[in-house]
Amino acid sequence: MHSARDDILENPILKRYEPVIGLEVHIQLKTKTKLFCGCRLDFGAEPNTNVCEVCLGFPGTLPVINHQAIEYAIAMALAIKGEIAEKSVFARKQYFYPDLPKGYQITQYDLPYCKGGEIVLASGTRVAVTRIHLEEDAGKSIHGSDQSYIDLNRAGTPLLEMVSEPVIQSGSDAQEYLQKVRNLVVFLGISDGNLEEGSIRCDVNISLRPRGEKTLGTRTEIKNVNSYRNVERAIQYEILRQADLLDQGQKVVQQTLKFDAASGKTRALRSKEQMADYRYFAEPDFGPLLITKSRMEAVRGSLPELGDAKAQRFEKDWGLPKEDAQLLTAEPEIALYFEELIKHSGLLPKQTANFFITEFLREAKTHDWQLGKTGILPEALGELLSFQKEGTLSSKMVKDVFAKMVATGQGAMAIIDGEGLRQNSSKQEMARILDEILAQNPKQVEQYLGGKEKVFGFFVGQAMKQSGGTFNPGVLNKILREKLDGWKERDS
Amino acid sequence: MDTISQITQAIVGGDKPLDFFVNQSLQAIAEKNPELNCFMSLDDKGEAAIAAQLSELKKKLALGQNLPLAGVPIGVKDNICTRDFETTAASKVLRGFRPPFDAFVVEKLKAAGAIVVGKLNLDEFAMGGSNETSAFGVCRNPHDPTRVPGGSSGGAAAAVAAGMVRVAVGSDTGGSVRQPASFCGVVGFKPTYGALSRRGLIAYGSSLDQVGPMAATVAEARQLFRVMRAHDPLDATSLSDKALGDGEEKSLARLKIGVISEIDEIEMEAQVRRGFQKSLDALSSLGVQVGKASIPSLRYAIPAYYILAMAEASANLARYDGIGFGARSAGGSLMELFMNTRAEFGFEVKKRIMIGSYVLSAGYYDAYYDKASHIRGSLAEEFARAFQDFDALICPTTPNVAYEVGSKVDDSVSMYKDDIFTVPSNLCQLPSISVPCGQGEGLPIGLQFMGPRCGDYDLLRIAGAFEQHALS
Repeated sequence: MHSARDDILENPILKRYEPVIGLEVHIQLKTKTKLFCGCRLDFGAEPNTNVCEVCLGFPGTLPVINHQAIEYAIAMALAIKGEIAEKSVFARKQYFYPDLPKGYQITQYDLPYCKGGEIVLASGTRVAVTRIHLEEDAGKSIHGSDQSYIDLNRAGTPLLEMVSEPVIQSGSDAQEYLQKVRNLVVFLGISDGNLEEGSIRCDVNISLRPRGEKTLGTRTEIKNVNSYRNVERAIQYEILRQADLLDQGQKVVQQTLKFDAASGKTRALRSKEQMADYRYFAEPDFGPLLITKSRMEAVRGSLPELGDAKAQRFEKDWGLPKEDAQLLTAEPEIALYFEELIKHSGLLPKQTANFFITEFLREAKTHDWQLGKTGILPEALGELLSFQKEGTLSSKMVKDVFAKMVATGQGAMAIIDGEGLRQNSSKQEMARILDEILAQNPKQVEQYLGGKEKVFGFFVGQAMKQSGGTFNPGVLNKILREKLDGWKERDS
Repeated sequence: MDTISQITQAIVGGDKPLDFFVNQSLQAIAEKNPELNCFMSLDDKGEAAIAAQLSELKKKLALGQNLPLAGVPIGVKDNICTRDFETTAASKVLRGFRPPFDAFVVEKLKAAGAIVVGKLNLDEFAMGGSNETSAFGVCRNPHDPTRVPGGSSGGAAAAVAAGMVRVAVGSDTGGSVRQPASFCGVVGFKPTYGALSRRGLIAYGSSLDQVGPMAATVAEARQLFRVMRAHDPLDATSLSDKALGDGEEKSLARLKIGVISEIDEIEMEAQVRRGFQKSLDALSSLGVQVGKASIPSLRYAIPAYYILAMAEASANLARYDGIGFGARSAGGSLMELFMNTRAEFGFEVKKRIMIGSYVLSAGYYDAYYDKASHIRGSLAEEFARAFQDFDALICPTTPNVAYEVGSKVDDSVSMYKDDIFTVPSNLCQLPSISVPCGQGEGLPIGLQFMGPRCGDYDLLRIAGAFEQHALS
């Protein structure tokens, strides 16, 4: 793992300057309906079809808060060990934009529902979270060459905004933090967690200060970085850019930037002078959000098992080695897939894990499968492994059939039937063929009897070849051993 | 004109054709509206809407449904959404706007058999106290058409006073039901905040806005209120069904009514002071115990109210940007489109948006909005204390009677100050009602009763008793 410490050792700039980085992460909640109206949340829908007079901001309409969104928000706060406020307040954040139908966004301002909490990185670094608040999303503006279009399907989607303390020191830590947050919300089942599709969005605040200095430098904000890799790239670029300015005795201008992935550079969107005054005030259309202890405990009681707990269970209950357990639980899609696979394979978890990690994950990466959605699904893979469990296929045959499944998209059963790949465990047939082989190869038999164990494999290979690879190797070995032992006795 | 009980009885009993009272009302409107301008113009679609409501009424009667307002013609202030009638809030920015839904209170009225006959004039977005800020012309006072009807529900008060309709629905953010009721000599009731759903009421000051019935008598205002009163799950500030008690029957002799001492410091027209004194004497002679109550923060009520109302208004009116609905003025750029569209707001609306934006700005919030919120809290405490001693508090509804059209338009501070008696109820969520209490130089004077939060039915009883006994 590449850590902040490594960066310092490698990079002379970082010996002089300490980067101070904070992340603002917006998480779209996957509630059934929007935050303040009954419109469905359906990300693939035709533009402006999931809208009603409330999310269109028509005169006379009123917001009524979605309780599922509050429960999801509580779950997130509990998962990061944040402190949940019994009373928090929604506020109107005012600005004009065509995709903001009311002319204000209902959000939380000075009294958010969650303060504090942390995300722990693999290195053990604890990144403190300042706050999380609940708010509504705006619509989407789509700019054409001479016209702009507005899609308000997204308007009113519940969002959690999670703000970290400015304590992150490197791009790689920032990237890991974001991945951890993403994995957490997917484990919790509260968001799709898809950065590329915008169900998670990330803004980066970054400043440099001379090492040893206490006061913070002037910061810039990089808006809407759209991939994990780009979070790290954007930060690395911005560190260099700011360090250059400071080295030349110039000032960093406080401004909002955009990261251009193609050039790998940041560019200015707007400077502080143009920053809006949002004129926040408490939302009068509904009262403060009250979260009772009992409601909090009810959510706690129904929290799903998160990554760390899963890893421990995989180790303890299934006897998986620690590294395997961690690998299998780092990403929710992998963990959920693996658990589903276990249900179907019938093999021991250890055997299942071996195949899954060495064979399946390799193919999944090559073909860029979305686990559980595209590529081979856990039920299909489980069926394949179950043929090994019941003895129909040898482990070697399982690998071959798997390769064919990947190549053709067919199911295991179809491939086995189509190619007559059933493992043959007929002892009589094995005995007959082995007798022939032993009779045809007296020299090798003599060698074996003379103590040359290696020749055993030669006989197995010959028998397998004749059976077209279908002999059950365990049974075959046993019968061959019996026969050769018989020869030994005859000799002596 | 018949009371709504008489109307309903005649319709349900089959003594009169279903459209009898509606036609009577439409005829009165046709006769008097050209002079008074209470109703927004009725187009073909409006006429079709009336016909549709009547045929709906026929079906419901055939089914034997209980219809407490069967066949009662009713006017609805034009800042309350109606799917069958354009709803403009008397603003150019909503010219031609037809809401896709009926306001909750309109649903309730229609379900009770009432027939909406048209939309009533008001100050633009309910911002004003004289109906002069309407983009569609001033409405006039039936008692003297050279004078204003009050506002912002001026059209509603004048329509009831002129006998165009027996009852109407207004809205009250700082006195907009009670003050015009007082100017026009009718009853105007502002319920406890949350008693009537705000869904479909075009927002001005969301924490202050409340729908209110206007009627010729307290009894009819109460009937209208009962029909509209229910919990609305789609208004998060709507009170539960059980929140309002039924009130208790109390003889006048056991009532304790408090006069707010601080009103002595307030400038008032002599005729209003006389009318108020006469009302106090009448109450005393009926055996009511009249005492003194103190609301020390009353002097701050006007600035606090206007800061909060304008702050909320500045956000509530941000949605009129020409993008999603309503009128759009062309512009070469997005910013120009916004600006040209919003240039269509009238002067008073623009002024309130600007002041509201100012008091919420960084650096000014604490000095204005925050301070006003604290005053609101103190006022509420002072009223709660007063209601430990009194069943109701009284004061004049307004310090003056209806004035000449145009006489005050250039002096907004003086107009804002006139709201001193009505804004406290909105700030403190209290029910209050204006009841006619005589005239001065031929112009009506109103008496305002204020009750404790959720004491709406008690308050209506007290006001009803005053109306019956003290005025006779």
